Amino acid sequence: MTQQSSTQTWRQWLTTDTPRSRRQARLASAYHGWLTLRSNTLAMVGLAILLALLLIAAFAPFLAPHDPLSQDLGARLLPLWTDGHPLGTDSLGRDILSRLIYGSRITLYIVTLVALIAPIAGLLVGTIAGYTGGIVDAVLMRITDIFLAFPRLVLALAFVAALGAGIENAVLAISLTAWPPYARIARAETLTIRRSDFISAVQLQGAGPLRIITRHIWPLCISSLIVRVTLDMAGVILAAAGLGFLGLGAQPPSPEWGAMISEGRKFILDFWWVAAMPGLAIFTVSLAFNLLGDGLRDVLDPKSGSS
Amino acid sequence: MSRLEINDLSVWFGQDRDRVDAVKHASFAVPSGASFGLVGESGSGKSTILRALVGLVPTWSGEMKIDGQQLTKKRPRGFFKDVQMVFQDPYASLHPRHTVDQVLGETLNLHGFSDINDRIEQLLQDVGLGPAFRFRYPHQLSGGQRQRVAIARALAPEPSVLLLDEPTSALDVSVQAEVLNLLADLRETRALTYLMVSHNLAVVAHMCNEIAVMQAGEIVEVMGVEDMRAMTPQHPYTRHLLESSQGYRPSEEQSE
Repeated sequence: MTQQSSTQTWRQWLTTDTPRSRRQARLASAYHGWLTLRSNTLAMVGLAILLALLLIAAFAPFLAPHDPLSQDLGARLLPLWTDGHPLGTDSLGRDILSRLIYGSRITLYIVTLVALIAPIAGLLVGTIAGYTGGIVDAVLMRITDIFLAFPRLVLALAFVAALGAGIENAVLAISLTAWPPYARIARAETLTIRRSDFISAVQLQGAGPLRIITRHIWPLCISSLIVRVTLDMAGVILAAAGLGFLGLGAQPPSPEWGAMISEGRKFILDFWWVAAMPGLAIFTVSLAFNLLGDGLRDVLDPKSGSS
Repeated sequence: MSRLEINDLSVWFGQDRDRVDAVKHASFAVPSGASFGLVGESGSGKSTILRALVGLVPTWSGEMKIDGQQLTKKRPRGFFKDVQMVFQDPYASLHPRHTVDQVLGETLNLHGFSDINDRIEQLLQDVGLGPAFRFRYPHQLSGGQRQRVAIARALAPEPSVLLLDEPTSALDVSVQAEVLNLLADLRETRALTYLMVSHNLAVVAHMCNEIAVMQAGEIVEVMGVEDMRAMTPQHPYTRHLLESSQGYRPSEEQSE
């Protein structure tokens, strides 16, 4: 690689129309996407919030002023801006700020797992159904329809009830109800792609279905799935919080945001902040995901432009 | 012996009541090293013959032979090393997320070549694109450049028969001549056999030795290109096609 010293030449290197290596071509197209994303202020706000969430989760022990689990019944239900407890304390005297900070880890954990399981399962089912067609398509899509017909939270409830309460089961339950839309999207994309000339062209090179699906169809489906994932994440966080609220997700004393709201519910009229603070956290993160998803759609949507 | 021979080929889409016969009992033969043109208006089944030849349309009956060898429903492994196709629309025939390097590299890889780097550079040079184009995405290329990449991809396995599905109809008029000249040069240097589909009689007259005229799925006439230039067709449809290709004439020559 040629040596570039100043930032100006780096930019030239990245925006050139004549890349000289595979790496440069890939980086240049990523940089192009980044420029589009950067011009969308709201998406950058969403990205900033999510990065902050990541950092908070990573450095929770250093940021939290108190142990999220230590109780102090003498200092229960303290209001906002109390000394040492900026967001007050809950019914057992636990510091709400510290619990929110540690709760971000649980939220991220749930979001990451669901974001890995549901879209990948949907992508597999959708592309196989779309590319193969015929009886395989019919069977896979009817299964998808069955899952799609169940109310999401009710199916999740049934799963958690069958498997027992806990975060992992909540994640599994949410993923099980979240994959059908991804399968639908992936199938629809595959149907539009599979008859196109560039797929015929690789078929004429003797490529098998496995290679065509993984190398040629997936890259075109993934972008719309990523957009859908970020837009769905708000719903996933809310579903996890809902399960927590119903006592079927994270179990006390774990500082999961939904469970925290559920605990604060008893005091919501007199001590509103106990439920409002975790609610605000859920709201902020959901909003951030939505904003970022909107911005990503502009960058990644293959139909909207050249990138 | 004919390089490519088609006997009583019929191709259809759909079943029973929805059945559409796209090609009806077509027969022709392309000698080795020749350039054969299929002309006719849109929907006359020209492209369908090509697609049936390479196995993209499974519903056909009749006989298709390459080098005297009968083609079955499934193409043998070596078939695509020998027969390749260039598609009509270069905007649709290149994967939007693959660089030129990826497109050619994958093709070479699939055909089991090992010196892929050298071959990619050689192919780009052969189709008149410099090494600067190697790592570009399709959206960074013009229509003519894309079609050159598509031609390079078709040439990658070193085929001896090239099927051309209106290779210039999606291109700008100024670029059409360039691509046609490139194809003519490649045929000469590589001793290729062309089967070319076009609705443009001028293109076919420039490129081919022999043409078959198609109408509504049937081949109505096969004639040498000299007959075509001399405007001495046998079939009335061919005459009509040739006359209409001459464009607008002042009114005294028209019958009305």
